[in-house]
Amino acid sequence: MSENLTLVQAVRDGLRDEMAEDDDVLVMGEDVGKNGGVFRATEGLYDEFGEDRVIDTPLAEAGIVGTAIGMAAYGLKPVPEIQFSGFMYPAFDQIVSHMARLRTRSRGRYTCPMVLRAPMGGGIRAPEHHSESKEAFYVHEAGLKVAMPSTPYDAKGMLIASIRDPDPVIFLEPKKIYRAFREEVPDGPYEVELGEAAVRREGSDLSVFTWGAMTRPTLEAAENMDGDVDVEVVDLRSLSPLDEDTIVASFEKTGRAAIVHEAPRTAGVGAEITATLQEEALLHQEAPIERVTGFDVPFPLAALEDYYLPEPERIEDGIREAVEF
Amino acid sequence: MVRVLDEDGELVGDAEVPDLDDEELVEMYRQMKLARRFDERAVSLQRQGRIGTYPPLSGQEGAQVGSAMALGDDDWMVPSYREHAASLVHGLPLKETLRLWMGDENGARVPEDVNLFTVAVPIASQIPHATGLAWASKLKDEADRAFLCYFGDGATSEGDFHEGLNFAGVFDTPNVFFCNNNQWAISVPRERQTAAETLAQKAEAYGFEGVQVDGMDPLAVYKVTEEAVAKAKDPDDGELRPTMVEAVQYRFGAHTTADDPSVYREDAEVEKWKAKDPIPRLETFLQRTDRLDDEDVTAIEEDVEDRVADAIAAAEETPRPDPVEMFENAYAEMPQRLEEQLEWFQRIRADHGDEALLED
Repeated sequence: MSENLTLVQAVRDGLRDEMAEDDDVLVMGEDVGKNGGVFRATEGLYDEFGEDRVIDTPLAEAGIVGTAIGMAAYGLKPVPEIQFSGFMYPAFDQIVSHMARLRTRSRGRYTCPMVLRAPMGGGIRAPEHHSESKEAFYVHEAGLKVAMPSTPYDAKGMLIASIRDPDPVIFLEPKKIYRAFREEVPDGPYEVELGEAAVRREGSDLSVFTWGAMTRPTLEAAENMDGDVDVEVVDLRSLSPLDEDTIVASFEKTGRAAIVHEAPRTAGVGAEITATLQEEALLHQEAPIERVTGFDVPFPLAALEDYYLPEPERIEDGIREAVEF
Repeated sequence: MVRVLDEDGELVGDAEVPDLDDEELVEMYRQMKLARRFDERAVSLQRQGRIGTYPPLSGQEGAQVGSAMALGDDDWMVPSYREHAASLVHGLPLKETLRLWMGDENGARVPEDVNLFTVAVPIASQIPHATGLAWASKLKDEADRAFLCYFGDGATSEGDFHEGLNFAGVFDTPNVFFCNNNQWAISVPRERQTAAETLAQKAEAYGFEGVQVDGMDPLAVYKVTEEAVAKAKDPDDGELRPTMVEAVQYRFGAHTTADDPSVYREDAEVEKWKAKDPIPRLETFLQRTDRLDDEDVTAIEEDVEDRVADAIAAAEETPRPDPVEMFENAYAEMPQRLEEQLEWFQRIRADHGDEALLED
């Protein structure tokens, strides 16, 4: 059996199935209980599992993450939600100093198998600090895994895989596509393994590496250019660990690449992919690797956000640059 | 402020000796002597370059040993980075503490059967962990465990302190928050941490009890902590489980061996507090009540000297950890990238040899 779900419904479905499967899994955060989350990602869970497993906490990001670390170390599997990824910074110390390092610091005596969920990214006309895309912060931190789905099927499967993972996972949900489309999602728990990219579109002229909400405009650009340029689109899905094999294999096939991300360009994950291709596949390279990204500015408010976010036109330009070199 | 022994080792007013037998009282004294000697030797080892930066505890023996002895084996201890004595009482060998400050992370690997959390350096950051551990225990319906978390006076200014205590109050978790108020957060005095009259009164804002205790009086510390631990497990009707204990005391030495306290505090202040030293205070009491004599003191001093020397020898004999451990402990399973980095590193080691890679 399966259901036609949006991405945010698939998140909820994943939480529900895994909570039913494993009594140690619990959800916590601000407004996640009776209210069902501001994006409804936890809707109905409070009624189904009760206040000890779907916990409305005080408004305190460091407190939410810090107590979840203690719970995880004590054998539970907390899935805390931070309402917007732009509000993760008050908890940043807990994330990088403790969540990421507990296994290392205790030489394996204590571990931190938790999943920190947060809606991320722009494109929903939100107020300041509601549109950030700072996945690179967390990719840079050893000890963490970082996942970002771009489809409902992946959202559910990757979330379940994250909850079952023995290490802490930052699970970033691109909120622009929370309700943008539907997809058949199987009933019951299943896993989409972390660390595996998905080739969303096969092509022979150029590879585009992207993730999250940018996957759709990238696919749109690829369709627009069809017949002109044969574009391969690789959705990374997991940003840490990064699926180097798929990235390199795609580049070796096409010899040209563009990287599309909405995060600021400098020291973004795109820079890491570029460096990887230089190291692993230099002799296959036919053209400079293009980066189509957000700008190195704070995320703008609604009036300017369309200019900030890569759209199909900008992506097409990037692809053309690499192809026409 | 709760007190049992005055500075001369006499019982204060009608204070009662806590429910400890003679042997346990002498053990408390022995552990304090051990902590003091360990601390002196550790500072000296740092000066000789045999260990790295070290945070001394002298002055805190009463607070650390008194509180730790109030815990049962099943109770949990969540330390900051200065609780060498408390951790020792709760089961972490001195050798491991030395190894940690010698730069070997294996020193922070707590034995499986010891309920002690790993050392935390960022100030106050361990407080929400302690709340989470206690909360998890409550959610698992254990109901027979208390979680004691140590931090200093400076920590009470941090957001993590407030968030950790606030969660503990809201979710009524079995916590004891134990503030070693040693008057100075490196060079910044207690008065610069808060305009509040006491640190203990902060508990009130979170809905539970705060207790101020003479932190240089091990018997008072024991009594207060024991009561807090009992309440965490079995509160009276209408009473919340958590307690915040403020143990008023003094750090005799530097914040760490990298710090020079003569820059920011007066000798007269140090002398004033040294007159309250918990060790002679308990010794006088035990001698006066015939629980201890000069011969016992000498025997304890000899024993302590041997134990510290043995710990130092054992720590120094421990070989440098295998650098592969750096790679092995970051994730449950090593990611491909890290495997490649490890392979590269092993190649460098093989090509150049460890000697070439290590600074003299």
